[in-house]
Order: sequence, then C-alpha cells, then structure tokens
Amino acid sequence: MTTTEPTPTTDAGPESVSGAEIVFDQVTKSYSAQGKPAVDSLSLTIPAGQIVMFVGPSGCGKTTSLKMINRLIDPTSGTITIGGKDVRSQDPDDLRRQVGYVIQGGSLFPHMTVAQNIALVPGLLRWDKKRITDRVEELLDLVGLDPVRYRDRFPRELSGGQQQRVGVARGLAADPPVILMDEPFGAVDPITRQRLQDELMSIQSELKKTIVCVTHDIDEAIKLGDRILILQEHAQIAQYDTPEAILSAPANEFVEDFVGSGSALKSLSLTRVEEVELTEWTTATVGEPVGPVLERARAARQKSVVVLDQRRRPVDWVNIRALTGETVPAPVDEARDLHQIDHRATLNDALDTMLVSAYAGVIVTGRRDQYVGVATFEAVTALITARNEAARQAQEDADEQ
Amino acid sequence: MLEFVLDRAPDLAYRSFQHVSLVVQCVLLATVIAVAVALLVTTVPRLKPVANFVSSVGLTVPSLALLGLMLPVVGIGTLPSVAVVTFYAALPILRNAVVGLEGVSGNLLESARGMGMNPLLTFLRVQLPLAWPVILAGLRVSTQMSMGVAAIAAYALGPGLGGWIFTGLAQIGGQNAVNYALTATIAIVVLALLLDLLLRVLGRFTISRGISA
Repeated sequence: MTTTEPTPTTDAGPESVSGAEIVFDQVTKSYSAQGKPAVDSLSLTIPAGQIVMFVGPSGCGKTTSLKMINRLIDPTSGTITIGGKDVRSQDPDDLRRQVGYVIQGGSLFPHMTVAQNIALVPGLLRWDKKRITDRVEELLDLVGLDPVRYRDRFPRELSGGQQQRVGVARGLAADPPVILMDEPFGAVDPITRQRLQDELMSIQSELKKTIVCVTHDIDEAIKLGDRILILQEHAQIAQYDTPEAILSAPANEFVEDFVGSGSALKSLSLTRVEEVELTEWTTATVGEPVGPVLERARAARQKSVVVLDQRRRPVDWVNIRALTGETVPAPVDEARDLHQIDHRATLNDALDTMLVSAYAGVIVTGRRDQYVGVATFEAVTALITARNEAARQAQEDADEQ
Repeated sequence: MLEFVLDRAPDLAYRSFQHVSLVVQCVLLATVIAVAVALLVTTVPRLKPVANFVSSVGLTVPSLALLGLMLPVVGIGTLPSVAVVTFYAALPILRNAVVGLEGVSGNLLESARGMGMNPLLTFLRVQLPLAWPVILAGLRVSTQMSMGVAAIAAYALGPGLGGWIFTGLAQIGGQNAVNYALTATIAIVVLALLLDLLLRVLGRFTISRGISA
C-alpha cells in the first residue's frame, strides 16, 4: 500500500461546505402522556458546515434532541429536516448510514480490526472493495494514525485516544454531510482530550461538515463550537449564539451560572494558538547526521532541537547535549507525550501544556500534525497583554464618549 | 479383551460413528435452538427467569426418566434419542448464550443501530461474534455431556455405543459382560476427548483475535 503523501479528502477548495443544514421545527418528545415532555417544542436551525455544541445540565434533553436527528429516538410531534428533507420520510437505516455517529469512547467493535470498524458503513452502502480500502487509508491518515501500523490492530491494542480517533474516522467513513457526536471525548484524559479536540477542529476546517456535538463541558463547547446551544430543562433554549456572544452577553442568569465565573479566563479559550507569534526553532529529521544539526542550533543560540519524522511530524524534543551519536535517533519511547498542540488549540491549552513542558514552550503543529513552529511562554503572555491592553483602551474610549 | 475388541472391530467402529454422529447433529440442533431462545430471552427481559428456571431444573431431571416419559409420545428407536440428547444439550448452551448476549454492551448495540445496521445484521455481525466465545464454552460442556446422555438414550434402542453398555448390564456375570460395558465406556470417553479437541481448534479459528483471552 502507499506510504506517500495522502490525497486530499475533497477536490474542492477549503472554503467549500460539504455539510447540510438541519432544522428543528416545533419538535416535542414525551415519554408518557402525563408529565412534562423531555423535549418541549424545540425549534432551531443548525447552519450547514458549522459545529454546533449542545450543552446543558444532565436531563435537559440534549442527548434526546441529538438522537432525534438520526431517528434513534422518534419525536412525538414536530419535524426535523436535514438539507430540507424530512428525516421521517426516509427509512431509518438508510438515514443512519448517511449520518455519521460518534459516541463516547469510540464504541469500536472489539472483535473487528481498526480497518473493519471504519469500513462498516461503506460496506453497508455496498461500496466496492478497492474504494473501501482506499477510504480507510485516507481516513486513518486524516485522524493522524499511520495506516500501515494501525489498520490491522484490534481496538484493545490501542490507547483510549487512538480508539477515539478511530471512532471519529468511522463516523466520517461514508463521507456523510452531517455528523452527530455524543460526548465524544468524555472518556479520555484531559491532555488527550485537548489533542482530540484540536484534531477535530483541523479536520473540520478541511471538511466543513455539519457537526452536532453534545457535551456537558462548557469549556469544550466554547472551544469547539461555532455556535453553542445552551439548554434548560425540557430542552428549552436558554441561549443559542456564538461563544463570544455567550461569554460577553449571557442571555439570563441560568446561562451566567452555567458558563460560570472567570469569563476573562475563559476568553483564553477563544484565542487560538495560530494568533501567537511563533518562534522558529531548530529542527532535525530522524536519521539526519548530527553535525550540521548542532551547527544550526548553535547559530540560532538554542539548546534544544525539535526532531521531525519523514513527514515533518514532530516526534521528539531533545537537548543538544543528548545528540551524541552519528545521526539523529528516533525517540526511544514513542508513546511518550510530546508537548505539542495543534495550531487551532486555545491559549488556555497552550498554557496548560507549557506548565508540564521542560522548555517553557510548546511545539505547534498544523495540518495533519505537521510541524509549524514553537509557541514560547513569552509570546503567549505578550499576546494576552496586548489583548488586555486593547480591551482596556476600548473601555476607556467608550467611557470618554 | 483385545481379542474381544478385534473380533468386533467393524461393529465397534460403526457404533462409534453413530454415537458421534448423533451427538454432533443433536448439539448442532441444540445450538440453533438455544441461541434463538437466548436471543428472545435477552430482547424480552421478562422471559429471562423462565429460561433460567428451565435450564437449571432441566438438568436435574434424570435422563433415563425423561426417556421413559418420551417413549409413549415418540416410540422407540432413534427419535427418542435425538429428542433427549438435544434437550440436554440445549441447556448449557442456552445458559451460556444468555450470559454471552447479555455481555454485549448496550453502547455497542446503540452504535450499531446508529450506523444503520438492522436487527439481523446487528445479531450476525455484532452480537453473535461477541458472544461466541461464551457460547462455544457452553457448546463444549454440552458436547461432553451429550456423549454420556447418548449412551443412556440407547436404552430405547437408539443408535450408538450405549447399546453395548446395556448388553453388558443385561448379561452381568456372563462371559463378555464386562468387556461390552468397558469397551463402550472407554470408547465414549476417548471420543468425547477427541470432540473436545476439535471444538478447541474450532475456537482458535472462529474467535476474533480482538476478544480472545
């Protein structure tokens, strides 16, 4: 199989939207004739190509609302349309094959290999074998797993984060316009969660699907969402707006409580690392002779070197004193957590990661995990200071008028 | 005794074949029945106590007694043997199949549904493969047990090695009584061990590497 550069997922440009609009019209779901309905007359438009986060306290009906989109639950009354088509006019199994579905922990089938798991829906849609194999390769590559290494592994041979990546790949398998996610990153540790979120954002910036994601974590919602839907009991809309608007102008006390205090801190979640001025760091490729690398590092007055693999993905960050051999070695422990973040990660994530990094900085990666640069602590704090200064200036200007 | 066996080698081989053939066919039939019942029981939870009751009480009914009860209904010969062996064979498989199918997490079932698999596909591609190791363990127990039950079923003139055991018992004190009974018993034990080996090999090939221990 090929190990060369992956083919782009879509031939269309990055601005093209492959998602479809979802509209809820007066949707109600009651489980019993008496008692209040779980979802009471919900009307909502989810724009094509956006990530909309459903958040709210448990029992607010957010998961019920999500599951009504692919008819895992049928509404008692009201209609839901995807791309203008009533979901109830379609056979539920056909509908579900055209809507990606990702749930907590990936829910991979343990008796199937990674490739078999991803190939499931394309198989149900009777794609031919060659097309399925190619698609599996492409998707594994997209979620940052080397197809040759991971294709034939079983889920239990993967870490939680890797399983979740395969879960996302499986949801994307048949290239559905709409993807539903139910607490997708709930079961992994915070650092892995942050990386998965970053990856989802970079995948989304490539694919422009319509993604509906349920979470109970407001920080996750602020980070991932183009729009956030905050629900109260019985799926009453408390606020449905952009993260910026929800942070700066919460609609009511419920939203204010739910978003919580420290919205200045939370706004760190609105600024992306890509806005930070990145530092050029000395890089080396695995297998390259050590001599020139050391020269470059000294010339740049840097005491460490970022090691990249053949596809320019960072694999290690080493002190130059550790480079004693003939050539730059591959990292010994490949599972070790490298302090790297995606360029779409938030400043909050960057600061978090820096606290555990040995070099007061984090490696920033771009598309498909390729190296972009290093964000230093100074650069991040400088950006925050500048932002605060600008905000204060704006406040003063407003006061003067 | 060697002479006894050699004299009757063709008959012994024929009876052994019949015995194994009876057991294999009955266990296969029992597996289909038991898995179908287990699927029903796990989808309709109210039936579960009934199934558990039948599978535990069933095993306490002496097989000879059950055979006796069957005779007026199905007569003598092969049919009562098949009925009795299948009945007992189904019990351990049923019990294990219920446990195995219940062990498939609800998350996975919902995932399957969410991906557009209908109930039949879900059963064939998710539930059955995942429950298979447990079902197969039940199948092995069931096969061993059925080898013994099949011998007793020969009381109603069924096929297999049981006939020799009863011949031996009927002529206790006679010249070949011990030979008949002992040869048949040893043959049953050896065949049972061979079948078990086959089932273990089957497990090797049919249990996904992703879930085998």
